[in-house]
Amino acid sequence: MTAVLETTDALEVREGVDRETIETVQAMAGKYKYGWETEIETDYAPKGLNEDIVRLISQKNGEPEWLLDWRLAAYRRWLKMEEPRWAMLNYPEIDYQDQFYYATPKSMAKKPKSLDEVDPKLLATYAKLGIPLKEQMLLAGVEGEAEPRKVAVDAVFDSVSVGTTFKAELAKAGVIFCSISEAVREHPELVKQYLGSVVPPTDNFFATLNSAVFSDGSFVYIPKGTRCPMELSTYFRINAENTGQFERTLIICDEGAYVSYLEGCTAPKRDTNQLHAAVVEIVILKDAEVKYSTVQNWYPGDENGLGGIYNFVTKRADCRGDRAKVMWTQVETGSAITWKYPSCILRGDDSQGEFYSIAIANTAQQADTGTKMVHLGKRTKSRIVSKGISAGRAQNTYRGLVSMHPKAKDSRNYTQCDSLLIGDKCGAHTVPYIEVRNNSSRVEHEATTSKVDDDQLFYCRSRGMDEEEAVALVVNGFCKEVLQALPMEFAMEAQSLVAISLEGSVG
Amino acid sequence: MGLPKAKEDALAARLEALSLPTGGGWLATARAEALARLSEMGLPARRDEYWRYTDPASLNAPEAPIAHRFDASDEAPPFDGMDRLKIVFVDGVFDPAASDDLTLSGVTIERLSAAGDKDIHWAKGLYGTLETRGQTPVARPFATLNTAFATDGVVIHVTGKAAKPVSLVYVHESETSDAILHHCVRLEAGAELTLLENGPAAARFSKVMEVDIADGATFHHIRLQGRDHERRAVTHIFARLGAKAEMRSFTLTANGRLTRNEAVIELTGAEGRAHLAGATVGDGDFHHDDTVFITHAAEACESRQVFKKVLMNGATGVFQGKILVKPGAQKTDGYQISQSLLLDGDSQFLAKPELEIYADDVKCSHGSTSGAIDETALFYLQSRGVPRASAQALLVLAFLAEAIGEIADEDIAEDIRGRLERWLARHGAEG
Repeated sequence: MTAVLETTDALEVREGVDRETIETVQAMAGKYKYGWETEIETDYAPKGLNEDIVRLISQKNGEPEWLLDWRLAAYRRWLKMEEPRWAMLNYPEIDYQDQFYYATPKSMAKKPKSLDEVDPKLLATYAKLGIPLKEQMLLAGVEGEAEPRKVAVDAVFDSVSVGTTFKAELAKAGVIFCSISEAVREHPELVKQYLGSVVPPTDNFFATLNSAVFSDGSFVYIPKGTRCPMELSTYFRINAENTGQFERTLIICDEGAYVSYLEGCTAPKRDTNQLHAAVVEIVILKDAEVKYSTVQNWYPGDENGLGGIYNFVTKRADCRGDRAKVMWTQVETGSAITWKYPSCILRGDDSQGEFYSIAIANTAQQADTGTKMVHLGKRTKSRIVSKGISAGRAQNTYRGLVSMHPKAKDSRNYTQCDSLLIGDKCGAHTVPYIEVRNNSSRVEHEATTSKVDDDQLFYCRSRGMDEEEAVALVVNGFCKEVLQALPMEFAMEAQSLVAISLEGSVG
Repeated sequence: MGLPKAKEDALAARLEALSLPTGGGWLATARAEALARLSEMGLPARRDEYWRYTDPASLNAPEAPIAHRFDASDEAPPFDGMDRLKIVFVDGVFDPAASDDLTLSGVTIERLSAAGDKDIHWAKGLYGTLETRGQTPVARPFATLNTAFATDGVVIHVTGKAAKPVSLVYVHESETSDAILHHCVRLEAGAELTLLENGPAAARFSKVMEVDIADGATFHHIRLQGRDHERRAVTHIFARLGAKAEMRSFTLTANGRLTRNEAVIELTGAEGRAHLAGATVGDGDFHHDDTVFITHAAEACESRQVFKKVLMNGATGVFQGKILVKPGAQKTDGYQISQSLLLDGDSQFLAKPELEIYADDVKCSHGSTSGAIDETALFYLQSRGVPRASAQALLVLAFLAEAIGEIADEDIAEDIRGRLERWLARHGAEG
């Protein structure tokens, strides 16, 4: 891809964004770029799910007793829960016993002490994905800065974290950035205090499943008053077949701290569906701010809807302190099924939540995604900008909740949901819930649905673009407000993704 | 599929208190068929998604909760001076003495029971038919219960331009009355009818109206649901529109303990138009729910939903509106707005405005807002010498104007504005 965390030879890519998008489209020609598979020996836990599997995962991670008990309680609870079916998603019943719940590259059995000890095959995988695990690799596409920007990466491969970069430099600032299994061992007091405090293990079917079987994921702690010296990112890769990925991310941003966190995900092309049920918890204390950006590009399945990832994700940020601030930005282009509602609990007075989303569903993809803004504190503010694009035979639903509690005096919400339809076989739906329980708050919701404007297309074509380029350009314009909310390197990737995801949607 | 135990018990208790009206023929068949459907769906419960914001308990209860009579004689009854054909129901029972003669040029009006006695009757094809169609994607059990147990109603067949409006007047007498009315209206191609409804009807009122509007026909509907009353009501309008047919419906609700007004509209022919509007004012122990479902199943149809609520002293307003655009319903123009003005901190507004769209060449939008009265505007008016109370009333009326603007008849609109103004003055809406 053009401008993610590129290797050095791509550093000169600094062209105008529109041209770049178009070039990318031409280069990609209707292919899911990340559909290849790394041939690597993999250790699996036995297929299926039972208490022994939960114990095995816990033991593999070297977890203390309390966490095992926590997992088992979640598992027992999960057995009694029913899978939610209220989303506008149509998929065959998932056989939870026909999956592997733990897979790890054999070479990771003996935990490498540093990145130098990591299996070169794994490093090559990430290099091919454009994710530098060598610390000298710098960010492409950043012009005019005195020093090139650095991004620390935690790379998760199937069920384990392969490695985390820039740890030493981050440690100097007091920032803890590591895999969650490592955090359980090294910082048990933090994990114990915060794990499950935002998304309790009883929260919902998929979060409870995750609580029982989560294997790895990232852990971030930003100490009081610290501005994280670089962007942090986690890159999730599903490689093993028939394996679910259940990562758990926990971010704690202490008083007055700031962090920008990026998340990316890809998976190989397969004919069978794979399950991904992640939980992300963010705790934001007084005056702290977290930016969380996701480019979700799991394998979406082929044109006939064969294969693809089933993505059931629970993400929630808890603005616990006054003036805490969170910003979710997501670009959802992948997955056969997306079920995802990153939420903000605005508990502290004057806290703020923002949600910017682009959800693109093409071919046979189905997305049901949105956000929840729960206003509890006084003078809390939230803003939702959602852009849904449907093409092919896809179904795309925005589902969201804005809730103003009686005590959330003088709060504000602004919601804008726009849907764009490309072709007459797809669907675009909007399901907002608006609950206002005090009168000093103002809530505004707007939604529109339209098709790609013929005049705009005609104009682009009269300037020599072919139809697909023209559509990509118009759609990028439609998404502008969200793209602008992304950190730059992500924005560029997202922009190209928008184009690629829409390939084959016209003509 | 069997019902959960709780639902089965609730239904059994409710049915225990009801008995199927006597009479044979097609009406009895339709009732039996509705009863069979009802026993499969059960009564609504709070946990049902469709009843998320409104508690159906008092509508489910075997006995109607007591509602005292309310004397609204301090103002003239609605539509009083109009040339209209008046049909009066007292506690849900047709009152021939108080009603006009049912003959009207261009229109045939009969009592439901009389129509049911005839072997061949046009209403046979309509009674329960649109109600049944309206049961997907969500069940509306109160409508089905109504189809099974309706004790009275009128069937109106419009073949030309109705010479004057037909006015249904619902009088409330008994504090425990539990009225179930079911009306059928069929407009033949090109026909025109204005239907007026007013009055609290009963302590608890269930009403279903099925309206079949053929190509090019026009149906106007204006309803005033009583005033400052303790009544409870669950009403349904099921309408089907043909090509170039037009429907306009406006409802004014001024208090009442509980109101759930459902409208299920299907645009089945090209260039049909359906406009639905509601103005609601609520003070205190008041719960009002507008639930609307509009299906665009043909090309180039237009639908508008304009619902405005003014709430104070703990009143609750609910809006659930959905526009479904089916595949092939290109050139659809769908508009929906739901707004609430909360005059104090205790009132609440709960909304779920939905769009479900399967065609690409459409223009659909919805908006929903909620908030307090604009202090700046209030201040401006006061600085121009308007007393605070009048200024507030002025702003409230301006807020409701868009909904009232959906009424085609300017005299009626003006009358309704006056009623609202007086209501606001009586309820000290000056805050």
